[in-house]
Amino acid sequence: MVKRNTRAPWLGVAAAVLLGAAMPAAAQPQSTGPSAGGVAPPSTPPSQQPGTQAPRAEQAERRFTPVTDQRLRNPEPRNWLMYRRTYDGQGYSPLDQINTNNVQDLVPAWSFSTGVNEGHQAPPIVNDGIMYITTPQAQVIALDAKTGDLLWRYKRQLPEDLTQLHPTNRGVALYGDRLFVATVDCFLVALDAKTGKEIWAEQVEDYQKGHYMTLAPLVAGGKVMVGGSGGEYGVRGYVAGYDPDSGKQAWRTFMIPGPGEPGHETWQKGWETGGGSIWITGHYDPELNLAYWGTGNAAPWMGDARPGDNLYTTSVVALNPNDGKIRGHHQYHHNDSWDWDEVSAPLLIDVQRDGRTIKALVHPGRNGYLWTLERGQEGIRFVSGVPYVNQDVFTGIDPKTGRPSYNEARKPRLDAKVDFCPSLWGGKDWPPAAYSPRTRLLFVPANENLCGALTGIRMDYVPGQLFLTAGIEDIALSVRPGATHIGELQAWDIANNRKVWSHKFEKSQLWGPVMATGGDLVFMGGTNDRYFRAFDAKDGRVLWQVRTNSGVTGVPSSYEVDGTQYIAVQSGWGVDAQRMQDALANADPANYKRDVPQGGVVWVYALRQRTQPQPQRR
Amino acid sequence: MARPAAGDVLVFATGEKAGKPIGPSDLERGGPQVLAWAMEPTSGVVRNGSRLNQVILLRLDPAALDETTSGRSADGVVGYSAVCTHAQCPVSEWRRDTGVLHCPCHQSEFDPKQGGKVVGGPAQRPLAALPLKVGESPKSGETGEGAPGAVLVVARPFSGRIGAGT
Repeated sequence: MVKRNTRAPWLGVAAAVLLGAAMPAAAQPQSTGPSAGGVAPPSTPPSQQPGTQAPRAEQAERRFTPVTDQRLRNPEPRNWLMYRRTYDGQGYSPLDQINTNNVQDLVPAWSFSTGVNEGHQAPPIVNDGIMYITTPQAQVIALDAKTGDLLWRYKRQLPEDLTQLHPTNRGVALYGDRLFVATVDCFLVALDAKTGKEIWAEQVEDYQKGHYMTLAPLVAGGKVMVGGSGGEYGVRGYVAGYDPDSGKQAWRTFMIPGPGEPGHETWQKGWETGGGSIWITGHYDPELNLAYWGTGNAAPWMGDARPGDNLYTTSVVALNPNDGKIRGHHQYHHNDSWDWDEVSAPLLIDVQRDGRTIKALVHPGRNGYLWTLERGQEGIRFVSGVPYVNQDVFTGIDPKTGRPSYNEARKPRLDAKVDFCPSLWGGKDWPPAAYSPRTRLLFVPANENLCGALTGIRMDYVPGQLFLTAGIEDIALSVRPGATHIGELQAWDIANNRKVWSHKFEKSQLWGPVMATGGDLVFMGGTNDRYFRAFDAKDGRVLWQVRTNSGVTGVPSSYEVDGTQYIAVQSGWGVDAQRMQDALANADPANYKRDVPQGGVVWVYALRQRTQPQPQRR
Repeated sequence: MARPAAGDVLVFATGEKAGKPIGPSDLERGGPQVLAWAMEPTSGVVRNGSRLNQVILLRLDPAALDETTSGRSADGVVGYSAVCTHAQCPVSEWRRDTGVLHCPCHQSEFDPKQGGKVVGGPAQRPLAALPLKVGESPKSGETGEGAPGAVLVVARPFSGRIGAGT
């Protein structure tokens, strides 16, 4: 057996270069250079140009390539540097070594058990051969992306009295030579990406009051941005920008405007506990220097408990990352009463409409409508909205503003039980859609034919306790009569708002984040049968599938090391995929079993001929 | 914060009688449930510094309890940790129709007649039980009606680990 180099892989040739660079004092006590400030990423040596190819011998040491603003804006095809790979949120890898002709030859290259149960949703984020994943319980693991060797592991000590309504984490952000993770006890933590050593940990909010974080941070404009979860506890949602060097908060912008701020007039009462939580990473337009964040449901759930439109809940909000100021918004639906968080940030796509190119924001909403908006310096303009699943709440859409009108009989309220479609998990929950600029198709992981009911009950706000004005256990999930399927991967031509193909799952809901690739493939798991699949992007045929240890609710990613393309994903079922499984088992025990096995594993696949050779038989 | 200890008196955690000792007659047989804290009787300190100390009380038909549970009960009243062993959400609901304690977060369910064992959902461990006995009120005049002076007292510490094993 060949003994691997066991010394710290970071202390290679690159270390000499790194040591002389400007680094924050906490990370680099010997620093002799000026401290990094402004929008300069921590510790980027001027001599270390992005994309520089190191000699092969040094590559084996997996030295860390600093992550600059330039690389975040324009990542090398071989890398997956952020939650959706690129700022536009398209979830697209241009790599094409694995393609529709050879995907049948995809086999596991390596796998790695995380040792944790519950929802493994984070993408494997890869920077020049080093992979970073997160798991529930605030764990970060760094792996050699080629071999699966463990480089380091960080486990945060969580408080003993922490409640975890959503035990998950959605990944890291990279900047300079640092890694940022937002934790379930509501801290933003900076680690040295090379060693996993904690540099700073800042409390963003108080977990004992129901605040927590599950999203991957967004780095843009020299800030590390995070948002808070806790809409179920009646928090006042916010996005906050932090200085990556010092960990000091630069700004915090509440998604519920306070007295005197624009939009406050849309609250007759209850703004202090109005929700609008942020639990999915925003997208970013470097030209406009605006970050686009999706906002959660208004709190509590029953709209008549907080009359008004309730800005900026269930909206997209445009923020300038330098100062956190709101520069535009669009509310998908007002006075939310269905728990339809619109936290998925819209995809930034150039859309052809009526003979012109629109700089669009495209959002398959939890409210069951596919929204197209136009973004600009002056704000956000409504373009179109069409249903992509059965939806019985909206009676119409204002053609100018996009404001929906409601069938009031389908709007949950206090002291009543109200049925509506789709269910509170919506046409699509958090799992991100993807877009391929090659096929010009948007791939939406939808749930069709599910309806639900909510029973409104009066409730007082108590800090740190569930504040729903409905019982979670009263979500009467039902399948529409005559339904042939629930989960449905849909491909939309957004130039024409036309569904081009769909793949239906007869006996499973769909909680699968989607990735598109330059090989004209679409990768997705998300079903209760534990499969991870590749679809032909052009027609939706299943070209490859593999059964994993658990259900796959992780965001897939793709990367290349030493000339080999890899597909990576975490399998680890839990959180709301399991909640829906329980609800389906209650509604239809013959077809739905409660037990979907849990336990997280990172799976990495490559073409058979490119995986490591098997030992020779003697 | 120290966990409930033998000899502690149980007091109401919420409502108009919050902080007042609980007698068996304050609970109706079959429910509803009562949320409680343990109070150190001599100092009067209520052990409410951590939500991991919260207790859920139920009064059940003594004949319906299994042997272990019966040995921990007082006048049919059983006590359990109100913290789910899955993800530490509050186990705050009693479902009279199905006879289970229910966690609203992830639908774990526990049978209070059988030592708090898991009968549904993702939890892997039973709720820790808090063995009870009937004792005398530390101060007169603050007990429930019907049985003057009779209050619920902790007989032994929690039977197992509180909260989730992570």
